[in-house]
Amino acid sequence: MHGSFALFGKRAMGTFANMSNMKQTADWSTRRKKDVFIVHFSGAWVMEQVQPKMDSLRMDIESEAGLSTVHLEADHLTGWDSSLLVTVRQIYDWADSRGLQIQLDGMPEGVQNLVKLSRAVPENKQVEEDASDDFFTRVGEGSLGAYRGLNGYFEFLGNLFIHACAFLRGKGRIRAKDFMLILQATGAQAVPIVSLLSFLTGLIIAFIGVIQLQKFAADIYVADLVGLATTRELGAVMAGVIMAGRTGASFAAQIGSMQVNEEVDALTSFGIEPMQFLVLPRVVALVLMMPLLCACADFVAMLGGMVVAVMISEVSIAQYCNQIQAAVALTDLGVGIFKSAVFGLIIALAGCYRGLNCGRDASSVGRAATSAVVTSITWIVVADAIFAVMFHLLGI
Amino acid sequence: MMPHQSTAITVKNLTMAYGDYIVMRSLNFTAQRSEIKVIIGGSGCGKSTLLKHLVGLEKAASGEIFYEDQRFHPDSAEAAQIRRQFGVSFQSGALWSSMTLQENVALPLEQYTQLSASEIRDLVEFKLSLVGLAGFGHRYPSELSGGMQKRAGLARAIALDPKILFFDEPSAGLDPLSSRRLDDLILELRDALGATVIVVTHELASIFSIADTALFLDAESKTALCDGNPNDLVEDAQTEPKVRRFLTRGDSDNH
Repeated sequence: MHGSFALFGKRAMGTFANMSNMKQTADWSTRRKKDVFIVHFSGAWVMEQVQPKMDSLRMDIESEAGLSTVHLEADHLTGWDSSLLVTVRQIYDWADSRGLQIQLDGMPEGVQNLVKLSRAVPENKQVEEDASDDFFTRVGEGSLGAYRGLNGYFEFLGNLFIHACAFLRGKGRIRAKDFMLILQATGAQAVPIVSLLSFLTGLIIAFIGVIQLQKFAADIYVADLVGLATTRELGAVMAGVIMAGRTGASFAAQIGSMQVNEEVDALTSFGIEPMQFLVLPRVVALVLMMPLLCACADFVAMLGGMVVAVMISEVSIAQYCNQIQAAVALTDLGVGIFKSAVFGLIIALAGCYRGLNCGRDASSVGRAATSAVVTSITWIVVADAIFAVMFHLLGI
Repeated sequence: MMPHQSTAITVKNLTMAYGDYIVMRSLNFTAQRSEIKVIIGGSGCGKSTLLKHLVGLEKAASGEIFYEDQRFHPDSAEAAQIRRQFGVSFQSGALWSSMTLQENVALPLEQYTQLSASEIRDLVEFKLSLVGLAGFGHRYPSELSGGMQKRAGLARAIALDPKILFFDEPSAGLDPLSSRRLDDLILELRDALGATVIVVTHELASIFSIADTALFLDAESKTALCDGNPNDLVEDAQTEPKVRRFLTRGDSDNH
């Protein structure tokens, strides 16, 4: 019913062609009776209709001197909905703030009751204190925030250390079943993706290597290149980056959503430390699994290198294997595997820390997961750089 | 613990705040042993926050909380000892979503008792039957309705026969019969175990049927307006009008 004339109503308010619909559009008329200002509503006060502007009414009322009361009435409304209520409420509040009496008794009963109900509970006037935008305030608050963050991180590490000691002394409360599940998720289930990406990495390095080395007829040294690059660096870093994206994010999201769902509170209320029950098994599992994944990545990457070496140069499988054996010492393998354990620690710490410090809503779980990945990848690279210098100084 | 001691919880000058925003100022109240105390007040007045302070999930801005004679501070070494006597049921259930109901209820038992697996299983099944969830033990929380999750949370809260029970809106969202059964369960737990019960609730029916005392928190003045038996509070003409309006759903306005 509204559809047809709403179309006109919007465009043709008050034009001659639309006269037949005039009494259905929203309108009001005003008159004055002694000190009472009367507003008479007519037509259809529904949302589809264009409604007269409040400003003109305000000006009309303001121009009259000596008013004491605003009287609202309507007897021939063809329809009304919340738009009428909003208008009445606005007039009501405005008149109220100007010290005018207001009478609604000429309005439909529903309007009177709903407007009364909407005014039953006064508006919350308590304004949240706005932090001033002054430059020094922002710098100060930023630094305090960073300081608190740093403190929080140390507190987390210290706490974890205490619980790790308790665990080593056999006072742990880790559920064996949970621990096994985490081992499975961080270990066995990560093997396919780690293998695939390492295989491809090995392939790419060997490919670049072979092309360059062929210029010197030194194809065979592709084995050295692939062997050393993967065992010392790429195996650990690739596994680290993959696990940061895969497991670090999942730790943060798991613990974060437990935080949102009050599950962490429930643990605490039973006197079960989340640090011991949630964080420790994850950290231990990842530190145990990362070296295995790294070893797997090393092996598969060298395999990938071999495929390229055998296919596009004249190196045979036996030659390649021999050359690798000669080039890669056990310490090279050890270096990579040691680093991967440290990367595992970094990833698990970042994931659990972000998860435990997650806010209380859905979007903060997302933020926790994102920042877990970013933090762990950043620290993996930083740690790798430190290791490079350290191993160089130690001559390993 | 001294047997003659009858005050279970004492709160002294407790001020609760989130950052600079003060929720409640200088609260003082006590709960006797075996008392059922309901915390009431309009939405957003800090009832759940008070509960979190009592359980030690939030730290007080100032003031102290005592359980019997022991001062309770969430970080202190004794806190874990005191918490062992608690059973907490959360507003949303807060079941551990990676575990089945059975495992949820069993976890506190596994952590704190030396019972065998089969004894634990029997206990868990019994606790679940108390809240009307017998036979649902193998389900995961996500496979249950909200009301069922809530009741399961309750079963977990009472797993260790706690001395002090905290319920955050236990009957909100439950059907009238379950909610009635829950009231009966709370009364039974009190009578059978002598537990002290702190309940945050809005349900007038359950306030009048279970509460020994009602503590009314007022958001405007940020204090507790009164603490007494809800029936007396309604009868007593001295009672703060706000509290009477609350307890009579506003009907006392018309008198």
